[in-house]
Amino acid sequence: MSTESAPAPKSGVAEDVQQGPRVAVSALITNLREYGLILALIAIMVFFQFTTSGTLFKPVNLSNLVQQNSFIIVMALGMLLVIVSGHIDLSVGSVAGFIGALAAMMMVIWPLGPFSNPLVVSIICLIIGGGIGAAQGYWIAYHRIPSFIVTLAGMLIFRGICQALLGGGSSVGPLPDGFKALSSGFIPDVIGPLTLIPPTVNAAGKTIIGSGLTLHMTTILIGVVAVLAYAYFGLRARRTREQHGYEAEPFALFVVKTLVTSALALFLVYQFATYKGLPIVLMVMGVLIALFVFVTKRMTIGRRIYAMGGNAKAAQLSGIKTERLTLMVFVNMGVLSALGGLIIAARLGQAVPAAGLGSELDVIAAVFIGGASAMGGVGQVIGAVVGGFIMGVMNNGMSIMGVNVDWQQVVKGLVLLGAVVFDVYNKNKG
Amino acid sequence: MASTILEMRDITKTFPGVKALSNVNLSVEEGEIHAVVGENGAGKSTLMKVLSGVYASGTYDGAIVYRGEECHFKGIHDSEHKGIVIIHQELALVPMLSIAENIFLGNEHARFGIIDWNANETRTSALLKKVGLKEDPKTLITNIGVGKQQLVEIAKALSKEVKLLILDEPTASLSEKDSQALLDLLLEFKRQGITSILISHKLNEVNRVADKVTIIRDGRTIETLAKKDISEDRIITSMVGRSLDDRYPPREPKIGDVVLQVKNWSVYHPIHAERQVIKGIDINVRKGEVVGIAGLMGAGRTEFAMSLFGRSYGRRITGEVLLKGKPIDVSSVSKAVEHGIAYVTEDRKTYGLNLIDHIKHNITLANLPGVSRHAVIDDLRELAVANDYKAKTNIRSSSVYQMTGNLSGGNQQKVVLSKWLFANPEVLILDEPTRGIDVGAKYEIYTIIARLASEGKAIIVISSEMPELLGITDRIYVMNEGRMVGEMAASDASQEKIMRAIVRGEGKAS
Repeated sequence: MSTESAPAPKSGVAEDVQQGPRVAVSALITNLREYGLILALIAIMVFFQFTTSGTLFKPVNLSNLVQQNSFIIVMALGMLLVIVSGHIDLSVGSVAGFIGALAAMMMVIWPLGPFSNPLVVSIICLIIGGGIGAAQGYWIAYHRIPSFIVTLAGMLIFRGICQALLGGGSSVGPLPDGFKALSSGFIPDVIGPLTLIPPTVNAAGKTIIGSGLTLHMTTILIGVVAVLAYAYFGLRARRTREQHGYEAEPFALFVVKTLVTSALALFLVYQFATYKGLPIVLMVMGVLIALFVFVTKRMTIGRRIYAMGGNAKAAQLSGIKTERLTLMVFVNMGVLSALGGLIIAARLGQAVPAAGLGSELDVIAAVFIGGASAMGGVGQVIGAVVGGFIMGVMNNGMSIMGVNVDWQQVVKGLVLLGAVVFDVYNKNKG
Repeated sequence: MASTILEMRDITKTFPGVKALSNVNLSVEEGEIHAVVGENGAGKSTLMKVLSGVYASGTYDGAIVYRGEECHFKGIHDSEHKGIVIIHQELALVPMLSIAENIFLGNEHARFGIIDWNANETRTSALLKKVGLKEDPKTLITNIGVGKQQLVEIAKALSKEVKLLILDEPTASLSEKDSQALLDLLLEFKRQGITSILISHKLNEVNRVADKVTIIRDGRTIETLAKKDISEDRIITSMVGRSLDDRYPPREPKIGDVVLQVKNWSVYHPIHAERQVIKGIDINVRKGEVVGIAGLMGAGRTEFAMSLFGRSYGRRITGEVLLKGKPIDVSSVSKAVEHGIAYVTEDRKTYGLNLIDHIKHNITLANLPGVSRHAVIDDLRELAVANDYKAKTNIRSSSVYQMTGNLSGGNQQKVVLSKWLFANPEVLILDEPTRGIDVGAKYEIYTIIARLASEGKAIIVISSEMPELLGITDRIYVMNEGRMVGEMAASDASQEKIMRAIVRGEGKAS
């Protein structure tokens, strides 16, 4: 037996001692991208807060911001999985437009009786969205036709059907209020408002602006509960790790992270509470984001998608049914595109032929700004969400500033390029 | 006789951790066919890469003297300029371009970047006539067979005014008839004064055309034989003549009942539908037994294993698989895994690992249900499993959170092994488990194999390194050209016996 072949067990001890700080440092480095992105979002928000002289964070504007961008973020959740699995979907804007038109036709034009109820229509539309995803995913997964081509075809097909459904260039509306609430509604205040400063009514019978301060208490409650739950689960996860003898991230880092996130969340919740409360669409988005974080981080299907994107052949040889998994990723994308289409239609109050036009590019940009790799296998849900908000805040902020739409495009393009260059540079260095 | 056209003196080439060539000498005379033979990994291809400038001058020690002057090739272009052309084992033709376009690729008859197609095609026709290929120069490469593609490669070499033609395993993927035609062509070139170096495993071919044979083993020149001394026995002895020392852990085999039995297994090529890659193979493995499959590259061993493992290779797969006497369905990877079969690939980077993910995620990938409940992964259990296997297989890394792409070959192999051990198979197929890893890591892999066998697993090891098979297996199958051409107990086997089975099988296949 040669001496070099025998492993020296004592070296393991030294390794274990060093492991602690090294793991912490590597955890910090791997999360740096995520923190950096959130810091960038905060910096951009602060920048626009100044350049718009405080308009950005006004409660009304925050509500607008959420309502304008929620469909991008909803679709970005699906697009993240598509891109992580090594594909692309160019059809999402057209599918959203088509579903919006279909929903409008079902609710307003076609005599469907009880089936024109907004809830029923929405459910049917989501199912059809899933069917569209399956139809496209089938060619991609089982016939290995590049997703770029299949979804480019889908983009043309569904935009065409959307326009044909609406009968050429006309729009269909108005949509029922119950449906519009999906985008422009707010959660009801079941607890009842709390008046901090009673409104002052002037001689003309009008309320003096800024005098009344009433809080939407249900919103406050939801916010506080969410923040407490976030802190509690964070702490509990830490404790379990430590009990099993594993290193958790440094406590100081954990505290700072939790405090900053909570403070930011509570600030936003407070702003919403002083207006009409939390928008319904924000709640829908919040639930979806939480769901997708859970699916990607904790569930076997999420793990398998990442493995497939990282090395499809190795995943297949590990017993993963890559074809079926690809199909499911596109079904999911179809359902979320449909939801995006419903949100757009609900916000506009009508279906228009150009609904969602070009939004696939915003969605894809959000995912790439969020750090996903065009090669597949890499990308985070939170990254895509933050990327979506970066795009949204820039849109909103520049609009308020009165920047020309043409130049807005230029700036967004530069931000996308900058974010990806920064990412590639970071990776090469590390 | 004729003068020396090429002399390579004391060539030494080192890769990180491995000495691929040490003081190799090769002397080739003008107008001869000089065969270079040796086992897989002996250093033949490396030597040719040194000669053609793929490894630039300065990255190796020693001297190359070509037609009386010492050469320092910085790249393939330099050596081609001097008339040295190498035709690689994997053909370097662009499938969707025509024969003429391929022959003059990068070397087109053109003025100001505008190609003169007439001149190209006229010259191509002349070249094709020289190599005896009757095809229209406009035919796309993808539409002609491998044998004809080989001829196009040679025509391409001729277009470069070749003086010294190097062929690396030219007949490896050719039929018997195409091989004969190619060898005849070499003899024809010899009459025209072109010198050839022929790298080959096939000793009957060497016997037929070579004027001299140089044998390389473990990166060293063993001897050069002249025509009159060439015999298969002599070559085999020189190729394998190395002693078995204690590079293998001792083990006491406890062999039980047959676990896996494969009957009459046949597979056709996935693209060339008429080509049968595996021709009716029968094989069995017992509990606690380590069975080896020996053979040369291209014998069909990997194709056999992959077709068995969830039809991951090939088409029109027929045959029967029995696990403990009962027929089982292995038509998909997940079914094979469920039945307790695992396949550890020979190409861990392409087929084994997700290189952009860390060790922990790679280890649990084939058995995610083992670390999850209701499809939700238990992070702590996963971490415990990963750490456990890291310790068991002795993976050297800072933690289980290290990217597998940053690990050394040996450690990567241990991660792939861990992945399959965690899937808890009954039958483990290891394809070239020690390829490209250093001696120390090899010993560790052998130890793991021995331990698994003693735990009652049935193990199949595919290896091109005969000493390795002799050192770690109980029984050895010999495979050649898609057939089983021999079976022997490891205690009776020797490298000569295996080589003989292969060489004899070669004749049978024709």
